[in-house]
Amino acid sequence: MSFRNVWRKSVNIVMLSLTGLATLLTVSVLFVILGYLLWYGGSSVNWNFFTKLPTPVGESGGGMANAIVGSGKLLLLAALIGVPTGLLGGIYLAEFGGGTFSNFVRYTADLLNGVPSIVMGIFAYTVVVLPMHHGSALAGSFALAVMLVPIVLRSTEQFMRAVPVSLREGALALGASKWKTVATVILPAGFRGIATGILLSLARVAGETAPLIFTAGGNNFWAPGWNQPIASLPVMIYNYALSAYQDWHRQAWAAGLVLLGFVLIVTTGSRIILSLGFKSSRAG
Amino acid sequence: MRAFIDRVRSGDEIAYLITWAFAASVFLITCLLVYELWATSSLPRHKFGWSFLVTSVWDPVFEQFGALPFIYGTLVTSALALLIAVPLGVGAAIFLAELAPPRISDGLSFVIELLAAVPSVIYGVVGIFVMVPLLRRYVEVPLKAAFGYLPLFKGPAVGVGFLAAGVVLAVMVVPFILSISREVLLSVPVDQREAALALGATKWESTWKVVVPYARSGIMGSIFLALARALGETMAVTMVIGNNPQIAASLFAPGYSIAAVIANELAEASSEMHYEALIELGLVLFAVTIVINALARILILTTAGRGTAH
Repeated sequence: MSFRNVWRKSVNIVMLSLTGLATLLTVSVLFVILGYLLWYGGSSVNWNFFTKLPTPVGESGGGMANAIVGSGKLLLLAALIGVPTGLLGGIYLAEFGGGTFSNFVRYTADLLNGVPSIVMGIFAYTVVVLPMHHGSALAGSFALAVMLVPIVLRSTEQFMRAVPVSLREGALALGASKWKTVATVILPAGFRGIATGILLSLARVAGETAPLIFTAGGNNFWAPGWNQPIASLPVMIYNYALSAYQDWHRQAWAAGLVLLGFVLIVTTGSRIILSLGFKSSRAG
Repeated sequence: MRAFIDRVRSGDEIAYLITWAFAASVFLITCLLVYELWATSSLPRHKFGWSFLVTSVWDPVFEQFGALPFIYGTLVTSALALLIAVPLGVGAAIFLAELAPPRISDGLSFVIELLAAVPSVIYGVVGIFVMVPLLRRYVEVPLKAAFGYLPLFKGPAVGVGFLAAGVVLAVMVVPFILSISREVLLSVPVDQREAALALGATKWESTWKVVVPYARSGIMGSIFLALARALGETMAVTMVIGNNPQIAASLFAPGYSIAAVIANELAEASSEMHYEALIELGLVLFAVTIVINALARILILTTAGRGTAH
């Protein structure tokens, strides 16, 4: 074998191993993060964490019950505003649209999807917080809802388009009107995909911190109603991690573990639902 | 006319109008967003003009606002991030698309998808408590000992700073480069690879000299997408960059980024001018990410189009 071929073979082996190493490094990051969260936060995730209010500085114990409920409320209201908007817009693009206007909406949605979350925070701040003169659950939800809309819109469109044309034609041939076809045939057929898209979008905004800092603000107590500043897990993690107290750092780790656990479970779960759906539809 | 009445009865027109309204609302929201950013940043735009972007005094007390330190911090950290993330992401994409068996490739891609879903505040927590101390002890101190005479590595190695922010950003954007590059590589027609291999190329040569050039614009697109993410990333950067508005050549020095200063100061802005200057920073960030995102999309679409044409 000539020197040149030996050289080529060794370059081949070295470079291919390097790509393997890059993969290993990248994939291991997730497990490193999970490992550290479990190591530092695992022991603090207990009954108190889910049921108690935060304690004042210096008192140990306490939990983040208000932040967990707060995150839930923010997500709920955001979903109530953002999901129907994205869903109906997606139905338009997939079923009724066509032509320049649809492309235009699609392009704007992609554009909105790429806007940094901090800019969404500014938007909610100028539109909701300033007129009301204080942060509120409403403002935080508004910011999250604006982030939800483009994601839900695009995924809904994508999954409705994936429904076979034969189903559509079958329904229309039976004399169903267009919206009846959409509501009774296409939506149910694409349900799993659409639901997955919605779940994934919720998991994504659940961890958003930047748009909440100056819209939802923070609160060390319960925040009844929608009109006052409200605690949320991501903002709590941020504030506690940057504080000077060992005990708060411990709590930040625990909250991080709970938040990441939620995001990973929803992401994995929706993935499983989707793959099951495709298998059963193939079999049927 | 009758046909129209029939269609209204059957609900088609109503359904059309309702869904149209919601689709249009996406456009309206975007317009409102642009308008708000533009209208609420008029004070500093009129007072400072373009010099806002190139002066470096940020003094809320005397109402002097120049954004240069923040722009500098954002650019330096994003550049560092790409420097680290591009070889990692593209390398791993090559492995997953070209070498790994499909089953393993799909499994690992799912792990990458999960990695992309990790909230940025969690990267910040792990960054500030775990990565920053490690970085200082095992990277900054040795680098300083070996190359301390270079301006790049001057000054005290405190841990938080441009380098820390760059590394955290790199870790955060790798999944985006990886997953899109992998898809683009997978869409390269098989006959391209076979032709190269039939000519006697090694696996690496066929990949590096045939497949990757074929997918070049798509890979560039994924890099631009990652860049847009890195520029706008807030929480993780805020937590590890040191939050000190200065322009320093040293990578170890603490800095500041556009997103970080907005996150830290907007709620406590001391005056109307201060508040609007922060919004103008948001406007700058918005404009830059829009342009980069658009570029990314065009690049990815061109490759995807080429892939299906065969």
